[in-house]
Amino acid sequence: MSIDLRAGSPPARVPFYNDPKVRSIAYQVALCAVIGFLVWGAASNAIDNLRKANIASGFGFWEQTAGFDISQSMISYTNQSTYGRAFWVGLLNTLLVAAIGIVFATIIGFIVGIARLSKNWLVNKAASGYVEIIRNIPLLLQLLFWYNAVLKALPDLRDSVKIPGGAFLNNRGLFMPEPVAQSGFQFVLIALAAGIIGSIVYYRWAKKRQDKTGQQAPVFLVSLGLIVGVPLAVFFAAGLPLTFSYPEAGRFNMSGGIEVLPEFAALLFGLSIYTAAFIAEVVRAGIRAVSHGQTEASYSLGLRSPPTLRLIVVPQAMRVIIPPLTSQYLNLTKNSTLAVAIGYPDLVQIFTGTVLNQTGQAVEVVAITMAVYLTISLTTSLFMNIYNSRIALVER
Amino acid sequence: MARDKRDAEEHCACPLRGILATHKSGAFTTHEWGCPMKKIASIIALAVVFGATSASAQTLKTVKDRGILNCGSNGSLAGFGLPDAQGKWAGLDVDFCRAVAAAVFGDDKKVKFVPLSAKDRFTALQSGEVDVLARNTTWTSSRDSQLGLNFVGVNYYDGQGFMVRTALKVKSALELGDASVCVQQGTTTELNLADYFRANKMKLKTVTFATSNEALKAYDTGRCDAYTTDASGLYSERLRVANAAEHIVLPEIISKEPLGPAVRHGDDQWFDVAKWTLNAMINAEELGITSANVAEMAKSDNPDIKRLLGTEGNFGEQLGLPKDWAFNIIKLVGNYGESFDRNVGSGSPLKIDRGLNKLWSKGGLQYAPPVR
Repeated sequence: MSIDLRAGSPPARVPFYNDPKVRSIAYQVALCAVIGFLVWGAASNAIDNLRKANIASGFGFWEQTAGFDISQSMISYTNQSTYGRAFWVGLLNTLLVAAIGIVFATIIGFIVGIARLSKNWLVNKAASGYVEIIRNIPLLLQLLFWYNAVLKALPDLRDSVKIPGGAFLNNRGLFMPEPVAQSGFQFVLIALAAGIIGSIVYYRWAKKRQDKTGQQAPVFLVSLGLIVGVPLAVFFAAGLPLTFSYPEAGRFNMSGGIEVLPEFAALLFGLSIYTAAFIAEVVRAGIRAVSHGQTEASYSLGLRSPPTLRLIVVPQAMRVIIPPLTSQYLNLTKNSTLAVAIGYPDLVQIFTGTVLNQTGQAVEVVAITMAVYLTISLTTSLFMNIYNSRIALVER
Repeated sequence: MARDKRDAEEHCACPLRGILATHKSGAFTTHEWGCPMKKIASIIALAVVFGATSASAQTLKTVKDRGILNCGSNGSLAGFGLPDAQGKWAGLDVDFCRAVAAAVFGDDKKVKFVPLSAKDRFTALQSGEVDVLARNTTWTSSRDSQLGLNFVGVNYYDGQGFMVRTALKVKSALELGDASVCVQQGTTTELNLADYFRANKMKLKTVTFATSNEALKAYDTGRCDAYTTDASGLYSERLRVANAAEHIVLPEIISKEPLGPAVRHGDDQWFDVAKWTLNAMINAEELGITSANVAEMAKSDNPDIKRLLGTEGNFGEQLGLPKDWAFNIIKLVGNYGESFDRNVGSGSPLKIDRGLNKLWSKGGLQYAPPVR
């Protein structure tokens, strides 16, 4: 029983099946094969059963005429359009409410989150009250509240509330004048684009100069002038090339103008206010996570309070805020499926509701819907993760 | 050894891991859940493969073995399917399910009612959650073919109508151009509505809800000018709005809605049982057999009655049912006319006229093939 420890001797031959690397790969391959077989088995079993029960399968329904109406659509849609078209209408409606909801929830959430850290007793307690009440009531109930309570309070078409500027509010929704671009309006858009590019260039130049010389430039004022002032000047110079189409009351409904459905408003309110309560807590946690020593160090370097917040506290807080904030954005998007309870035509209502029922193809319709939500969520995650990795702590 | 373990984890083929865990906050790490996810997925897949066996054939045997009939029903439509304050189900469709249970078990109480929304009803039947769907469902060709259903007959000839506020001073559905209409999702109603307005070149704003309760509530709060569903449903739901006197049902009937129970395609024996349960109820009315006189009638010399009640021939056994199947149906549930009167007709709050649902011999459409 001796062990040869001489240097330079060839290593003992290990049989390939004992090589840990080969083994682990073999296990993975076997596992993948088993999973593949199970998926194939489940799929073929489902297809077999569907055929036996004489239930249609496949995606042929995509091109069939839908035959039903949808109350809100961002692309042209009639009841003679296809089920595929109805799918896109639903998807866009989901994305619309999710995108606007995320913006609103973020703004409200940040305001409330910062208010909870306020030393003012009233502001502080009001913010805590908001968070504790909203966060602890189920979202579905809140949506029903917004829809039923608010709808009931709104007046009839004949007694519409007239909002200055030509808008009307009644129990059919909010009707606003729709801007219609006349010839010459394109110059305003060109001016706007030029203004945005100009302010980016100016910001870069100002930053470089500050890095070099320490001199600060009035970036905010100059950008404001470039982005708002220049297009406005062009707008007047071109002779106000914009008219409005005003909503008019018909026998039953208003026509013309931009229409905001009560279902959309209720869903947007409900989702924004609910998610904002969670975002507020995320923001509060993020700011609390930055040690007070950082603020003191900043003061001792001579920075005043606003730049301390902007340059020292917030960038560090964002590292803590972003990952849970992503979760809240995903929650908001997925919670938008509760639209089905209040009649907002989102993807689930149109597609897994009416289309599923009219075609009877539950497997295909549900699979498509799940794939869509997965894609939306993963895309959101991806962008938030890219942003997170940009602001993450770079360790040296 | 520890080294080996980490190797295995890193080789784990998790396609989402790059996307899901690129952030560096340290709170989330891939290896904690990358592989267990897969294990869960394979367990689910196993359940799918071995759990989803064919649910279509042998329904009669399944029901007998189970000892109870699962009946998909409307849970909120007075006259067709609605549990009362004591939780006792009543309605025309409910009576059909009780009749099937009476035929199979000789006991009309062996039914479990599953309340279904219009949107979910077909999936529930297709997946085997219910054995029979009796939920004021319109018989159409696509439901018969594409959805894999078999309609057993028509237990109520209906048509679609509109309800509006009297304050609107609308006399006809043709005046509803540009109106907002509240409608329940996943119904023929939704499609007929679009067709009717298109055919009459009127503009329409549809507001669609998942259940009739939500659609009716939205109409009641003033979200819509009109509410539409089958005429029978309008009479029933008019009683549920805040002030029934302020609402009228317009005269137009815009569609044919033959409502009937349905079973899954591909099980002819069970299809026959359901079909002949309905036929037995209609035949019983035609022959003058009621729940009150059925014992009397069993002694009758009329060969039609003898065949129906099982005192002559073996027509029950041919269907896979006891000899006295129809006797039990009539004894425990009653004939079609009794069921109609009790639930939607003169003996009910709805007071709907028999109309098209009279027997063929009295000028209506209800007609059943003979038992022989």
